[in-house]
Amino acid sequence: MTRSLTLSAAAAFVLLALGALVLPDWAMFLFAMALAKGLVCLGIVGMMRGGLVSFGQGLYYCLGAYTATLVANTFGVSDIFLLTVLSTGVCLAVGLAFGPLLASYRGIFFAMLSLALSMVLYGSLSKMSFIGGTDGLNIAAPTFLGWAPEGRALQTALYLYVAVMVVIAGTLMRIYFDSEQGLIALAARDNELRVEYLGASVRNVNTYSYVFGAVLGGIGGTIAVLALGHVDPEFAFWTTSGEFVFVAILAGYLSVPSVFVAAIILEMVRSFSNLYFPNTWQLALGIFLLIVIVVLPDGLGSLVRRRKGDAT
Amino acid sequence: MTATVLDVRDVQKTFGAVTAAQDISVAVPEGAVYSLIGTNGAGKTTFVNMVTGYIKPDAGTINFGGRDIAGMAPRQITRMGIHRSFQIAQLCNELTVEENMLVAGAIHGNHRPSFLRNGHNAEARDRALATLERFNIAEHRNRLIPELSGGVKKLLDIAMAMAGKTSIMMLDEPTSGVAADEKFPIMDLVIGALRSEGVTVIFVEHDMDIVTRYSERVLAFYDGRIIADDTPDEVLSDADVRRYVTGAAA
Repeated sequence: MTRSLTLSAAAAFVLLALGALVLPDWAMFLFAMALAKGLVCLGIVGMMRGGLVSFGQGLYYCLGAYTATLVANTFGVSDIFLLTVLSTGVCLAVGLAFGPLLASYRGIFFAMLSLALSMVLYGSLSKMSFIGGTDGLNIAAPTFLGWAPEGRALQTALYLYVAVMVVIAGTLMRIYFDSEQGLIALAARDNELRVEYLGASVRNVNTYSYVFGAVLGGIGGTIAVLALGHVDPEFAFWTTSGEFVFVAILAGYLSVPSVFVAAIILEMVRSFSNLYFPNTWQLALGIFLLIVIVVLPDGLGSLVRRRKGDAT
Repeated sequence: MTATVLDVRDVQKTFGAVTAAQDISVAVPEGAVYSLIGTNGAGKTTFVNMVTGYIKPDAGTINFGGRDIAGMAPRQITRMGIHRSFQIAQLCNELTVEENMLVAGAIHGNHRPSFLRNGHNAEARDRALATLERFNIAEHRNRLIPELSGGVKKLLDIAMAMAGKTSIMMLDEPTSGVAADEKFPIMDLVIGALRSEGVTVIFVEHDMDIVTRYSERVLAFYDGRIIADDTPDEVLSDADVRRYVTGAAA
């Protein structure tokens, strides 16, 4: 890990931690949710670097959330660290099972297959009345290594937890993006034939990024359900996955921090347009995305990482 | 006596009603420079594609390194030591020249590509720069691919293919799309670099001056068959080759 990356990670954490001191409760919740969703979107951005876009990341977001909820409600586990590890483990296992299968597909076929998997989960959960059906399930507030905060302290602890996760995941993804494997993924996005004729497997490259996306989806889903206190099948619905893709396009594939900035922008635009234009807020969101695509085709990240001999 | 490095036996390939390869048999000695000539559709590129795994022959064997590689995936064949360049240079257009070399170096390095080691590390960059210098294209290292001339693209394509341990290099029309005055300097550079490492070279070429100057042996293709297999002088004076390939009066 380079000195500049260490400093960037430390600065990002300090900046996020400052939010815990200055943000009001409503904004802290909004930021925590945006950052949790940003983790899911980071997984999509990882896939985008290899040339794939998953329209079914709601699968892992939902799976992580349901796993945490079922473990908490069934076994009485409330520790946020343990719940995160368990739900991430389930998502990792599912990602490893589906990854090699989906990695053989490209473009619209990959997008639709990933979407189909998330919709299968959505349909299945909706019909399972013993785990709440379409009403979903509630989950109690988490504990932090035995500490059970309430009120503002709980909000702050959750916010700081997601901040730590964002910094760790962001740093690890930056290391991956800059690594030899990350460079090969960029090459595969550009010219699969060349990569195969150099002796690397593009299928493996895509499997890795899919599995990373599954893990990040699981972490994001776990944090989101703990912040909301409720999960329902909508977590896996296509509109949820569409939001993640929206953020990934808004962010672009060049920069890690831009993913979280884009996720926060989306939450802000959505919250305020919902407040001021309750019936037409989706229209505002659509116009916003259109402007970004026209003005910044490589996303927000291209503002800070303009390419001049620097691909990553 | 030089050992045979590539032994192709009775290879066949058809695409519907079209016969692209018919009873192709050839034994290529280690370190030799072969050229493949023939009109468009004669089966030269099909031969290269079958040896490098892009297409699977319908019948026959392709022995390399003690194994039949017919039908293996391109990456497996590449890892065994048969590398290739393409008629249209296959490069990563969104990456710089140096980054294209870094990708090749990361895949062909002494270790498996890492998730942690920086792809732009100093050692890898030095190695990439050394290869680029060897092919006289180091001055372009920070440029993106669309900014390069056809000749530089061809050289980079070949340099990338050579980043790994190479036994056989197959060059598909290495001078196509290259300016006339660049052809011989490029071939001097490429053949010189490959010969200095003892690499066996098989190249597809339409320019008979290049064929005569650089190859030790020529395979003339016509209608999916090899109609002549000999030294350049012998092949180019063969009546069938003059009739079907070079178009010269018999």
